[in-house]
Amino acid sequence: MSDENKRYRRPRGPGGGRPGMPVEKAKDFKKTIKQLIVYCKNYMPIIIISLFLAGIGTVLQIIGPDRLRDMTDEILKGFMSSIDMDAITRIGFILVIFYGGSAILTFAQHYIMATITARISKKMRGDISGKINKMPLKYFDGTSFGDVISRVTNDVDTIGTTMNQSIGTLVSAVTMLIGALIMMFLNSWILALTAIGSSIFGFVFMMIIMGKSQKHFSVQQEGLGEINGHIEEVYSGHDIVKVYNGGKEAKRVFEEINGKLYDSAWKSQFLSGLMFPMMGFIGNFGYVAVCVVGAVLAMNGTITFGVIVAFMIYVRLFTQPLSQFAQAAQNLQRTAAAGERVFEFLGEEEMPDESHKVKELSDIKGNVEFRNVHFGYSADKTIINDFSAEVNAGQKIAIVGPTGAGKTTMVNLLMRFYELGGGEILIDGVPMSEVRRENVHEQFCMVLQDTWLFEGTIKDNIIYCKQGVSDEDVVAACKAVGLHHFIRTLPQGYDTVLNDKASLSAGQKQLVTIARAMIQNAPLLILDEATSSVDTRTERIVQSAMDKLTAGRTSFVIAHRLSTIRNADLILVMRDGDIVEKGSHNELLESGGFYAELYNSQFESAS
Amino acid sequence: MTKILKRLNGKEWMLIFFSLVFIVAQVWLDLKMPDYMKEITELVQKAGNALKDIWIAGGFMLLCALGSMASAVVVGFFAARIGASFSMRLRSELFNRVESFSMEEINRFSTSSLITRSTNDVMQVQMFIAMGLQMIIKAPIMAVWAVTKIMGKGYEWTLVTAAAVGILIAMFILVLIFVVPKFKMMQTLTDNLTRVTRENLMGLRVVRAYNAESYQEGKFDTANKELTDTHLYTSRAMAFMMPVIGLVMSGLSLAIYWIGSYLINQAGLMERLELFSNMVVFSQYAMQVIMAFMMFVMMFVFLPRASVSAKRINEVLETKPAIIEGSGGLTSISGGKPVLPGTVEFKNVSFKYPGAADDVLTDVSFTVKPGETAAFIGSTGSGKSTLINLVPRFFDVTEGEVLVNGVNVKDYKFEELYGKIGYVPQKAVLFKGTVESNVKYGDNDGDVQTAARIAQAAEFVEEMDGKYEAQIAQGGTNVSGGQKQRLAIARAVCRKPDIYVFDDSFSALDYKTDRVLRNALKKETAGVTSLIVAQRIGTIMDADQIIVLDEGRVVGKGTHKELLKDCEVYREIAASQLSEEELGGVKI
Repeated sequence: MSDENKRYRRPRGPGGGRPGMPVEKAKDFKKTIKQLIVYCKNYMPIIIISLFLAGIGTVLQIIGPDRLRDMTDEILKGFMSSIDMDAITRIGFILVIFYGGSAILTFAQHYIMATITARISKKMRGDISGKINKMPLKYFDGTSFGDVISRVTNDVDTIGTTMNQSIGTLVSAVTMLIGALIMMFLNSWILALTAIGSSIFGFVFMMIIMGKSQKHFSVQQEGLGEINGHIEEVYSGHDIVKVYNGGKEAKRVFEEINGKLYDSAWKSQFLSGLMFPMMGFIGNFGYVAVCVVGAVLAMNGTITFGVIVAFMIYVRLFTQPLSQFAQAAQNLQRTAAAGERVFEFLGEEEMPDESHKVKELSDIKGNVEFRNVHFGYSADKTIINDFSAEVNAGQKIAIVGPTGAGKTTMVNLLMRFYELGGGEILIDGVPMSEVRRENVHEQFCMVLQDTWLFEGTIKDNIIYCKQGVSDEDVVAACKAVGLHHFIRTLPQGYDTVLNDKASLSAGQKQLVTIARAMIQNAPLLILDEATSSVDTRTERIVQSAMDKLTAGRTSFVIAHRLSTIRNADLILVMRDGDIVEKGSHNELLESGGFYAELYNSQFESAS
Repeated sequence: MTKILKRLNGKEWMLIFFSLVFIVAQVWLDLKMPDYMKEITELVQKAGNALKDIWIAGGFMLLCALGSMASAVVVGFFAARIGASFSMRLRSELFNRVESFSMEEINRFSTSSLITRSTNDVMQVQMFIAMGLQMIIKAPIMAVWAVTKIMGKGYEWTLVTAAAVGILIAMFILVLIFVVPKFKMMQTLTDNLTRVTRENLMGLRVVRAYNAESYQEGKFDTANKELTDTHLYTSRAMAFMMPVIGLVMSGLSLAIYWIGSYLINQAGLMERLELFSNMVVFSQYAMQVIMAFMMFVMMFVFLPRASVSAKRINEVLETKPAIIEGSGGLTSISGGKPVLPGTVEFKNVSFKYPGAADDVLTDVSFTVKPGETAAFIGSTGSGKSTLINLVPRFFDVTEGEVLVNGVNVKDYKFEELYGKIGYVPQKAVLFKGTVESNVKYGDNDGDVQTAARIAQAAEFVEEMDGKYEAQIAQGGTNVSGGQKQRLAIARAVCRKPDIYVFDDSFSALDYKTDRVLRNALKKETAGVTSLIVAQRIGTIMDADQIIVLDEGRVVGKGTHKELLKDCEVYREIAASQLSEEELGGVKI
């Protein structure tokens, strides 16, 4: 994976629940906000303090211009004689204190909110990550990873930023609005109504236009999603598009979507760009309205001139929070929508707590017994019916069947990734359900078909979380799987970091996971089609290493290659999720059932 | 950035020019407004019979405001059009360029990077043009014009304004130096967090099997802490910036009035009115100057991001595909007779990936006659997939030549060459659409149902909702791996090619389906040459010719029986898969 690749965010699939709307709405706004408040309850006192600071800062901001007017008045008063410089200095210093105080308070409020939201985001991310490991695998087998990842990153990010911006803004906007209203009505109710009326007229006008732009936004979002999907598809299937001469058709579809996108793109861009000029106009409109009406009132002698000067400022103070409201409300909506998804995830059912289980498996021999096992992925559809089998320590059990026959089900059950529907699996006579899951896991080494490596050194990948593994152990394991020589040729040897740049071949990756299983050194072994992506020659090396590993271990092997399981002590034949046959290779061939058919098909000549 | 702007076309430059005109108009109107404000302020203070004058002045000011808004709307309209049409063309150019790439360029950029470049990066550039164009043009005009308006009205005031601008610029520079790099780091750290989460999710079973939950959580916590720390740094820096800007702006007004009061106090009675009105106007213009500078500086904050995107787009657009199509129309004659369709010949082919030190293939030669099946086997990294990819010219040979129907693949027109090949990759690719649109993909007019029947896909397709019209999701996620592979094979069959190229296409199938499918292929499309890369001996045992590769060299050529006798590598492979009796009693 390259850097950009990681930066590229997959559009959410269907069911991801993010429709292409500019502002996403939560299903239950109130409930989510309540949950959010409960979640942040430790921070609540500080949040309230910071909001209080925001309020005071705003009040100072409202009073400030009032004093500036006093200064003007002082200048005008002394116009014909001499200005009272003491008064000017006094007002000046008061203003300095006001402005300075306001700035400090605002800074304190922003600082506190920034800190708190960062901490809350951190906690949220940590909780989600911890939650992942507490949930049953069932959940993840039915959900796309992208969805979970986007909750950890995008959704938490959204909550952090919007909370940071919207709450403080909301409080100062409310204070500003109320403050400006009070000041205006104290001065002159007629002028106050004029100012309010003219602003509201402007805002209604703006709302209408903004409402229209929403439609184009969603069309644009859809178009973007569509074109991204098409590009992704065509680029990833580049070889096919080329060889089948599908380029022309792909281009045609592309240009079609691109053209549609152009239309909605400029419209939404244009309409959203209208916001600022219109805001400016509304401010100017209010200014003129106040001046004209004020002049009339002044001539009637209802008000003094100073009031008009004050109103010129108040009109601006009044229109400013109105537009902030709209934004803060949108932000809160986003917070709620993102919060809903986060809390939904955090509220998912967890695996039952097992801390009360005291029984412990240790130093087991490796006898495994399936006793009347029933299982189904959904409660209403049982796929494994009353399966029983006994496996003695050290035996090799092969699980075979065509693709999609449910061979991985056996892994899910043995590792207790899924719970049985009925019956019991016993290890050395102890039912697996009576010990903790971690204890079950400790008994197994596991090598899956999908090789899983993480970004870290080869050594880290092999040791993984096993304690007390020496470098010699690692080297020995790598020698056993035939990886040692290759690792030595890498620039940093065992300390080579596996990432985008230093990637291994599929076979080498497989060998690393096998080495990891060797280091684990548990009495039971699960091999899930482990060698299918290793080429046949490497496989022989691996196979001999495996033989060493399987010696003295009870092993469950799942593979396509019948030759690798021919010497199994017991073969379980799976079909459509169920175990249809069991027995040794020769027994099964003789019985002439499904296994025999499967086996023989391999060698019939295609003539 | 400038490089990409050269791609704007004439019409767009025209629109930009018009925008310029309207921006100038807007600035003029914006700067005119304080004049009327001053007039109104003075009229209101004069009182008396000034109501009519106030109406007039107010009317003019409203006109100015309206005009300014109208200009802004027009500029916004132009900018949106320019941005959208430019991004449309850019996207289209990128798409076409990528389409012309060979696998070499695709691999060099990586598919996901190309996707990001064609989507996100184009969006970045579009946003920058639509918003930035207005600001970048408007800011300097505004700044210069407003400065000329206040010049000479009192150096004390000018000095204060300059100081305010200086403070703001100094602050922005500090932000640029200390905060912007952290913003860039944030992206990396977010990616890091995403990676750790994805890692945990992908390896869920392994993580649990090894009881490594706390190990993974430890990794997550580290990534989370790093991200949070950086986040705290940037958002606290931002918390500092906002109040400072506010303070500078209101402080400037205060300073102008404060200084003004001294100036007026010192001045003679006659000059006082002039000074006073200058003071009012000056404070208005000073604000405009500051705003203009802020706009300008903001652009420099946004510019780096857009210019990185622009650079990445340019990289793609400037890359020339390494594989150029031939002139086509050639047929080959060998020994007086035209070479039959379906012949594939490798003549001393060597191949090396660009920049690699060693050859992947060395001196490979063989001929496959029409209707024959040739199989390639060898360990991972033996070059068998690379070899087969040379036939549809995904890469060009380093030495030697590849001949299809007797003609060098380099001499064909692309369509001509591709038309002869039915290619099925290791990983089946399905497109969004229907079963039929997938099987009939590209320039294909064969019979879908027959193809599906031969590819053993008919049975499950018939069971799908809507049969051949059944929807296939993007990436074919709604069908299983084996079904995907069979549909991909059906696609190749449907095309009725001269040559099948199966790049390990059968491993996703179980033995039974594999065998039935190959039987059907052999029977129903007799006469078509097959090139098969395989892992399983069972798949290729009955091939007319098996070519065994080891480290890029041909180490064996012949039938199954022959190779068992004289090819050591082949015997090893066979022994790992088959039992002795199945090997036909050949001793190893």
